[in-house]
Amino acid sequence: MPSDLIHQYMRIDHLPQIWCPGCGNGVIMRDVAVAIDELIQDEENDFDRDDFVIVSGIGCSSRAAGYLDFNSIHTTHGRAIAFATGIKMANPKLNVIVLTGDGDCSAIGGNHLIHAARRNLGLTVICFNNDIYGMTGGQYSPTTPNGDKATTAPYGNVDRPFDIANLATGAGASFSARGDVFHARETTEIIKKAILHKGFSLVDVYSVCPTYYGRKNKKGDAVEMLKWQRDNLIPTARYYSMSEELRAGKKLIGILSYNDYPEYTEEYAKVIAAASNKAKK
Amino acid sequence: MVGRKILVIEDKWCKGCGICAAFCPKQVLEIKKEKVRLKDPEGCIRCGQCELRCPDYAIYLVNVEE
Amino acid sequence: MSKAVLMQGNEAAVEGAIAAGMRFFAGYPITPSTEIAEQSALRLPQMGGKFIQMEDEISSIAAVLGASVAGMKAMTATSGPGFSLMQENIGYGVMAEIPCVIIDVQRCGPSTGLATSPSQGDYMQAKWGTHGDHPVIALSPSSVLETYTLIIRAFNLSEKYRTPVIFLMDEIVGHMREGVELPNPNDLIINRRKMSFHDGANKECYYVPEGKYVPAMKPFGQGERYNITGLAHDVSGFPVNSNEIADKLVTRLLDKVEKNVDNIVRVEEYLMDDAETAIVCFGGTARAAMDAVNAARAQGRKVGLFRPITVWPFPEKKLLARLPQLKNILMVEHNHGQMLLEVQRVTRCEKPVHFLGRVDGTVISPDDILAKLNEMEDTNHAE
Repeated sequence: MPSDLIHQYMRIDHLPQIWCPGCGNGVIMRDVAVAIDELIQDEENDFDRDDFVIVSGIGCSSRAAGYLDFNSIHTTHGRAIAFATGIKMANPKLNVIVLTGDGDCSAIGGNHLIHAARRNLGLTVICFNNDIYGMTGGQYSPTTPNGDKATTAPYGNVDRPFDIANLATGAGASFSARGDVFHARETTEIIKKAILHKGFSLVDVYSVCPTYYGRKNKKGDAVEMLKWQRDNLIPTARYYSMSEELRAGKKLIGILSYNDYPEYTEEYAKVIAAASNKAKK
Repeated sequence: MVGRKILVIEDKWCKGCGICAAFCPKQVLEIKKEKVRLKDPEGCIRCGQCELRCPDYAIYLVNVEE
Repeated sequence: MSKAVLMQGNEAAVEGAIAAGMRFFAGYPITPSTEIAEQSALRLPQMGGKFIQMEDEISSIAAVLGASVAGMKAMTATSGPGFSLMQENIGYGVMAEIPCVIIDVQRCGPSTGLATSPSQGDYMQAKWGTHGDHPVIALSPSSVLETYTLIIRAFNLSEKYRTPVIFLMDEIVGHMREGVELPNPNDLIINRRKMSFHDGANKECYYVPEGKYVPAMKPFGQGERYNITGLAHDVSGFPVNSNEIADKLVTRLLDKVEKNVDNIVRVEEYLMDDAETAIVCFGGTARAAMDAVNAARAQGRKVGLFRPITVWPFPEKKLLARLPQLKNILMVEHNHGQMLLEVQRVTRCEKPVHFLGRVDGTVISPDDILAKLNEMEDTNHAE
């Protein structure tokens, strides 16, 4: 792991990142780098570092694209998945990884998320989900819990939140999972599986935003927020060994849904084969 | 040759969030002037918890050969 | 061997684009541009290319930019409402210097307007639609054949200057069917973007040699990692907060077009040599203007047609060159006076600038233009 890994896979001239002290995003970004590294090292796979493309949108999470030393593109707010669609279609051999946030992928970019999931285009979407718009200073997002406070919900949030992993499942994603900052090793393994998955995959990774979300909602500092994750987000094996009673109020860290649907670019290759045969005749 | 691990602190990357110190099982780390400091080098068991949890890659173990 | 075929303007746009090397199309159905998506869906896979129908116009232009970054010549097509939705990402393409072609088959607005009726109401939007100061290249064809040849030029310019090019069609040309004799594809010059491995000292992906304006480009996945962003960035593509670097970047982006304006601008001048009245007109509307010029000439009047083919940047030097010989100018366009503003700005109204426009969804006929010419003559006599 680091720091050789950090030196190898990050643009270290630009570190430390712009994220606040205690922000969970740095851990998720490293999980992604570790996952890619381990996949490249594994001789079972035929992965080349230059075949990886990191695509991001706008928001705290999306600054990750600049720090990761890969082919990287930091696009417009909400549109990372749409840019990634063009990249993957144009060159299906590329491993296209979208780094996004709760607002970027489920508010302004919600439409692109559900349609990429429906098509089963072979992208890997990693959502840095911190329940808040951090970059603009703490407005409520589609994942801010009902009743919580934000600068735009001074009396408490009236909205009901999305569960992004379930949203992706509902939209037909062939791989949908949940991870978090505390369970870094488990989350890295989930990200590896998501990248290896041929069709569309989404990992909703719970981040922590002590500065704009934690402080406002009396959730404590970064340490307290991570302890909450430790006690309430439960990795798969332990989760399924728990009784219904013990599971109450807790959430699963692991794969939520998995399917072997045909992948989009492979299906389109069949269209090309059929159309060029027809053109020849 | 015997491999040995040492703890390295990248001072300029540390933002003083205190996560490493809080999750250190031996409580050998402390935050002084918004930077992490190894207060008890003898007590460190080189478990790597701090490295795993640091969001800023500012503390990590390095293998050195003797 | 070329042969005459009956072809629709929208269809010619696709065939021309394919001849130019376009192999990726992403779009969303909208009248009157839908045939471009349909034809692309049919033709591209025959050429080994890709078509995708996206969930909206925002994602269509985003996918096009993504495909271009991955190395494909890419295009989208839309009309007014969709063109509005695309604006933010067009600005991204300008800032990140990603070549692509955006076709806007203009229809009557504002809003949903008269969806199937002709208009040239997006002329100013083509220039000022996206926020911030930015260069724009926009071309406008006035026949089916010109649609074919000019869209090839649109791709060539886009690749050469690493910037999105707007192909400003209108319902008249898009839905017109004409017999056309397509040129031999071998006669068409196709530029490809300058590929480079940025070796040695010039390793930075947005490095531009002194005196040049366009950085070389290498698609993703070819062994050289770099960052692309819509934020102000340095030569390595990394976001920066430096006022000096931001100023240098935006100035260079503007210079790409400004310093090459003579190479970019094309006009058609018809019977302008001895003209005392110039009809300025572009796109499909110029068909009626051409007829009106012929009719006016038959009556012995010295009228000529000045037709910008490159509509942005506006061909100001070429119009100014004609100004001394002119008594007056008639701007004819399918809107409430948009290119008119450019003509007034460029000529400083040193000669009277008259205007004939329309926003009711009907076409401007040669008779309408002749009537306007007569009216202008009466005004002159009255003076």
